[in-house]
Amino acid sequence: MSIKILGTGSYTPPNAVDNNDLSKLVDTNNDWIISRTGIYQRNISMGENTSELSIKAAKKALKNAGVTSEELDLIIVATITPDKFTPSTACLVQNELDAKNAFAFDLSAGCTGFIYALSVAEGFMVNKKVKKALIIGAEVLSKIIDWNDRNTCVLFGDGAGAAVIEMDESKQFYSFCASKGDVNEVLQADAMPLKNPYTKSMKNHQYITMKGQEVFQFAVGAIRKSVNKVLSDTGLTLEDIKYIVPHQANARIIDFVGRKMNYPIEQFFMNLSKNGNTSAASIPIALDDMFKEGLLEEGDKIITVGFGGGLTWGATLLEI
Amino acid sequence: MTFEKVREILVENLGVSEDEVTLEADIQEDLEADSLDIMEIVICVKDEFGITIEDDQIEALKTVKDIVEYIDKH
Repeated sequence: MSIKILGTGSYTPPNAVDNNDLSKLVDTNNDWIISRTGIYQRNISMGENTSELSIKAAKKALKNAGVTSEELDLIIVATITPDKFTPSTACLVQNELDAKNAFAFDLSAGCTGFIYALSVAEGFMVNKKVKKALIIGAEVLSKIIDWNDRNTCVLFGDGAGAAVIEMDESKQFYSFCASKGDVNEVLQADAMPLKNPYTKSMKNHQYITMKGQEVFQFAVGAIRKSVNKVLSDTGLTLEDIKYIVPHQANARIIDFVGRKMNYPIEQFFMNLSKNGNTSAASIPIALDDMFKEGLLEEGDKIITVGFGGGLTWGATLLEI
Repeated sequence: MTFEKVREILVENLGVSEDEVTLEADIQEDLEADSLDIMEIVICVKDEFGITIEDDQIEALKTVKDIVEYIDKH
């Protein structure tokens, strides 16, 4: 059972906030941010919510794929920052696109969301319930960031990436998803506080908190484990792989993994310097950028690797 | 033996020269390691020696000597 990408699209808000802009909001500076993350700018919404970013990315992906909304059987939006608890962001997208034949839902798996969504779509396709699907990763992380916390507000950005996919037996495809409990609360963002007539007050942090060093250690381990698993389960070697496309969290993580794996840094695609960490949107935005830059040709094999809140991780092998 | 391997790890990850890596050298003050460099070193120690340095113990490792002694003890 194999998946082929028919088209991709992405959208980031036009408000580009660079490190010097941020140094006016919190006590930080460009050198510090670049040396620890590789991020120079991130795009921050001035009012467009997750569904709007999703819709813009989706329309571009459909146009790129030459597929109409009516042809879609499934829409999944991977996100940790939906507009609403209900309706799902995917239903809002469906409504705007008038994708009358699709069923739609959101998927929450942190920064691994897009990879989880591809796996889920594959499952529906194997069961012949779905032929064509629109898979979106979209976030407005700026609404769950503590803008007074210089350790986190410099890392994250807003954006959406979308891919239109269908079954294609001639393509090689592989995916796996994994997770474990976040026992030490290294990466968290609370939802609504539990307040009702019967509760006492309770602590609630409706913004991202992160233990940087633990997350770094987890991320490095996740990428190494994931790439090794993909290669051993598919019988491929690194020589067969054109690019590794990691979740775009932090250049230091990717640099270190590249050194440990002895895999040239040029073979890791990175665009995080201009987008920051866009969680579930980062991999589909990366894929779209790679197509736009002409980096991918028919027959190329790439490995995408996600890791993040949950704690979750996973990878796919995609043949273009 | 342990010191040579630790020195190699520090040279590779911190971009410092072999001469700068003395037993007394302070990882953060003298070798200019930031918090992520420290995590890289912890991971390299695990790969090289099979030893995990627990989060609460990382704080206590200030000098090269501290790291070498920790490894030899475990």
